[in-house]
Amino acid sequence: MSTTLFDKVWDAHVVRNIADGPDVLFIDRHFIHEVTSPVAFLGLKNRGIKVLYPERTFATADHNTPTINQHLPVEDPLSANQLKALEHNTNEYGISHWGLGHEKNGIVHVVGPENGITQPGMTIVCGDSHTSTHGAFGAIAFGIGTSEVEMVLSTQCIMQPKPRKMRININGTLGKGVTPKDVALYIISRLTTSGATGYFVEYAGDVFENMSMEGRMTVCNLSIEMGARGGMIAPDETTFNYIKNRPYAPEGEKWEEALAYWKTLKTDSDAVFDKEYTFDGTEIEPMITYGTNPGMGMGITKNIPQADEIEGGKSTYIKSLNYMGYTEGEPMLGKKVDYVFVGSCTNGRIEDFRAFASVVKGRKKADNVNVWLVPGSHIVESQIKEEGLLDIITEAGFSLRQPGCSACLAMNDDKIPAGKYAVSTSNRNFEGRQGPGARTMLASPLVAAAAAVTGVLTDPRTLI
Amino acid sequence: MAYDKFEILKSTVVPLPIENVDTDQIIPARFLKATERKGFGDNLFRDWRYNPDNTPKEDFVLNNPVYSGKILAGGKNFGSGSSREHAAWAVYDYGFRCVVSSFFADIFRNNCLNVGVLPVQVSADFLDKIFKAVYDDPKTELEVNLPNQTITILSTGENEVFEINGYKKQNMLNGFDDIDYLQNIKEDIADFAKKLPV
Repeated sequence: MSTTLFDKVWDAHVVRNIADGPDVLFIDRHFIHEVTSPVAFLGLKNRGIKVLYPERTFATADHNTPTINQHLPVEDPLSANQLKALEHNTNEYGISHWGLGHEKNGIVHVVGPENGITQPGMTIVCGDSHTSTHGAFGAIAFGIGTSEVEMVLSTQCIMQPKPRKMRININGTLGKGVTPKDVALYIISRLTTSGATGYFVEYAGDVFENMSMEGRMTVCNLSIEMGARGGMIAPDETTFNYIKNRPYAPEGEKWEEALAYWKTLKTDSDAVFDKEYTFDGTEIEPMITYGTNPGMGMGITKNIPQADEIEGGKSTYIKSLNYMGYTEGEPMLGKKVDYVFVGSCTNGRIEDFRAFASVVKGRKKADNVNVWLVPGSHIVESQIKEEGLLDIITEAGFSLRQPGCSACLAMNDDKIPAGKYAVSTSNRNFEGRQGPGARTMLASPLVAAAAAVTGVLTDPRTLI
Repeated sequence: MAYDKFEILKSTVVPLPIENVDTDQIIPARFLKATERKGFGDNLFRDWRYNPDNTPKEDFVLNNPVYSGKILAGGKNFGSGSSREHAAWAVYDYGFRCVVSSFFADIFRNNCLNVGVLPVQVSADFLDKIFKAVYDDPKTELEVNLPNQTITILSTGENEVFEINGYKKQNMLNGFDDIDYLQNIKEDIADFAKKLPV
């Protein structure tokens, strides 16, 4: 029978099928961080059970960590407490831990792939919705709750009903200044934030085939923002070349064995999906969000839609625009910007800083904006320095912070003040997401760079 | 037992007819710093519920003494966003045992089922009827009957059948959780692990 990539990976991990119930799914890799794991460890302790396969779990500190002076003690006592709990718990159960100050420390969804822990055909979970990022490698990867973190620690399995399958095809060549972030925001704007709920998405077509691994991770990362459990892309030479020689990649004979298996991981030509969408890549513009969910996005040169043009609740739509201080029908170009944030598990990879540097090179930072450039990991930080990007950035008047989740969700000190406008390369523009009262516009690193040098929302195509 | 058993719940309703209520609203990230599962109810809908100076916002429904109960009725796509189980904990800890909506986000729905909050998905029409009945009379009670999988507006008798996976239903009825189940099949899991493709 013809099957999809998703079926192949899922079916290979079903330990047991429960009639009228979920599948018991074996998990190959479990990532944990300081926020969603402490209560899970407490649960283990209360039940008196151990971690079944500590070698399959990888811990890093990211949500709470400061992005300056990381050598000093963490000031916020609650953050410090969570970081300490992670260190203590991982020690006690023999789990590897890349804490603050560790050379491999960084955002969980950045450090997994860059160390070769994430591989095709795997099942991967983490108590963080953006675990969907790892699907870029042809893995089934999704976010879970804390009860499920406890479940995976204690049994290496979770219980999940098999999601339905969706394929999103995009062909054509992307235009100048159009990045993977724009592709993802475009899809979400078309499908809405609930358009893929209940589905696992496969991205197919030459737009994704021609995309770098960093770009594919950005797209899969945002799958959750249209409600999907996760997104995945069939592994190919781009994937294999990315993984080869990374610290946790298989070597020698094991590599050959793995490669032979990975090459079988693709959707059969006559496999059927429960739902399928096809878009034209040439139609996609640099995108910007104007509202308070990631589906409220549009091409940067367009005007904010009228409430009547929007499906669903008009009052919710107006509430959202009121929060942002915008009105229907007005253009976004030229809007004032107070903060620019480049980073997060969506856009904190080396390619994102290359893009930012390409625009700011030879230009100067606008006086009215605060700009936070936060690499996703120490490895990305090193790459920025080695490739000479830091010189370009510094010359233009910007500085680089230390790795972490930073202003994506404001659990650390990096908060956008109430009422201020931020162009952010992160993944969510919900009310208060970047700090109470903060107003977020999601965009690509190119749009962020254009705002950083002009001080207003600017079409990056006019600068490249 | 992981949480109190759920069989039949009869209660008044707190109406929140807003679409796309995301988990950042249900519990903002700055309240995720606890290392124990307690006290989250105090910060349920924190930024919609309180002004920056911690005084209650009068126009938010949780601050309106007219509405109370163990059932929260929300708009379409309730619980979108983050995987934070803290959102479900906050809903439970505040005193809700059931959330009714015409559409739930996946992870939130799962988290609810894992912590003892029953997510009841109804048609958009029925959800409108609930809101109308509650706005007409805040004392309107709903009966959520898990064994029969029905939800009824008691004043009018209007009802709808809701879906729940059979395994999860048994868990809710008995107050069990998945870990209890998985602990019993550990040998199967270990055997399976030896046969994985990579």
